Amino acid sequence: MSSRLINWFKFSSPATFYPLARKISVASAVIAVVLIAVGLYMSFFVAPTDYKQGEGYRIIFVHVPASWMSMFIYLVMAAWAAMGLVFNTRLSAMMAQALAPTGAMFAFISLWTGSFWGKPMWGTWWVWDARITSELILLFLYLGYMALRAAIDDPRRGDRASAILLLVGVVNIPIIYYSVQWWNTLHQGSTIKMNAETTMDETMLITMLIMTLGFWAYSIAVAMARVRTVILERERTASWVRELGLAGS
Amino acid sequence: MLEPLYWIIRRDLTIAMRRRADVFTTLIFFVIVVSLFPLGIGPEPETLRQIAPGIVWVGALLASMLALEQIFSADHRDGTLEQMLLTPQPVSVLVVGKILAHWLVSGVPLVIMAPVLGLQYNLSADVLLVLMASLLLGTPALSLIGAIGAALTLGLRSGGVLLALLVLPLYIPVLIFGAGAVEATASGLGGQAHLSMLAAILVASLVLAPLATAAALRVAED
Repeated sequence: MSSRLINWFKFSSPATFYPLARKISVASAVIAVVLIAVGLYMSFFVAPTDYKQGEGYRIIFVHVPASWMSMFIYLVMAAWAAMGLVFNTRLSAMMAQALAPTGAMFAFISLWTGSFWGKPMWGTWWVWDARITSELILLFLYLGYMALRAAIDDPRRGDRASAILLLVGVVNIPIIYYSVQWWNTLHQGSTIKMNAETTMDETMLITMLIMTLGFWAYSIAVAMARVRTVILERERTASWVRELGLAGS
Repeated sequence: MLEPLYWIIRRDLTIAMRRRADVFTTLIFFVIVVSLFPLGIGPEPETLRQIAPGIVWVGALLASMLALEQIFSADHRDGTLEQMLLTPQPVSVLVVGKILAHWLVSGVPLVIMAPVLGLQYNLSADVLLVLMASLLLGTPALSLIGAIGAALTLGLRSGGVLLALLVLPLYIPVLIFGAGAVEATASGLGGQAHLSMLAAILVASLVLAPLATAAALRVAED
């Protein structure tokens, strides 16, 4: 009877996950390269010029998927953190740890490209717009998580402490978002709106979708490659790692 | 459940009263930071009145953040905290007691001092009243949220700076509604809505923050 049950926890062991992560990483990397290449080609040469914003709008094909990914990765990290606390699986915390730099990078790219877009469109590098401010705070949350993770030497304590921080952060994100939005509407009239165009050209939408999927694949590939190094670092004394024959001594 | 709460508050207040210098350090920091801004910006009364709510609030926020480390560090160092976690009382109740005592020592002086600093910035009487009310609602929320960070960074190498990095982004809503209440009153809109939001944040953090702090303390003392 037990043979009919799927062993959900089979890959929660670092030793069995390590080879699987390599396969996922390589496959996702190939998908990412193809999708991003197609997406970039479409965003530069296929997508039509925006009648109002000209050519400068094309940066949204990087900007919008990057913002989505930065928000989504934080949620995924919080989900891994919760799973790690509930099931006490080491791998969950390692996954959260492996995702953090990618999430922070996307948050930074989102701010950076947004700034590049804002200069020609709004005439300024930075506006205290509700969404920009929230994205900045999200970047701070990522940096706080990584700093806490790096400051704790004991891996078990580090896993659980940073998991608590992630969960506290995820509860706070909606509160921060709405308070920033309210603050913004109180302080300055909405002279500039980000969602200016209500209808979007179909090619633009498809291009953005391809880029988003490409960023997804990239995130998975990088996170899997990073989790492999985290596993090796943490399990360096385990016998299965020694049998890989990677250690110098 | 209320008896351990009473005793832990009484114990922490007694200890704090024997180390009175710590209380004054926080307060003096607050006064100095708020007094620095006119020196940097210029003595123009109209400008100062405009930026006063934000400056007093940011000053209070930084001062209460600096005091956070003291909540658990002494008890952690001499092992009292470990014994507290071993008692049959729920840890979150003990945490509430410790935070409340900490707020009475470090937060209430800020609330009392704030109107004096507000006078330096030419704020009118009713605005000062709202400033006090907003700090009265806001500083306990800051202590509650900050306690999570204090528990997470307990005994770490770069504890102080790290604590700031973890806690300051979480303080943003309190800052927005706290300074917003004062500013709305000053501009004649009325700060009622902001104060209600502050009260809501206080209640929510009173319910949730002690649980997270207790979990973080268990991790730290593991």
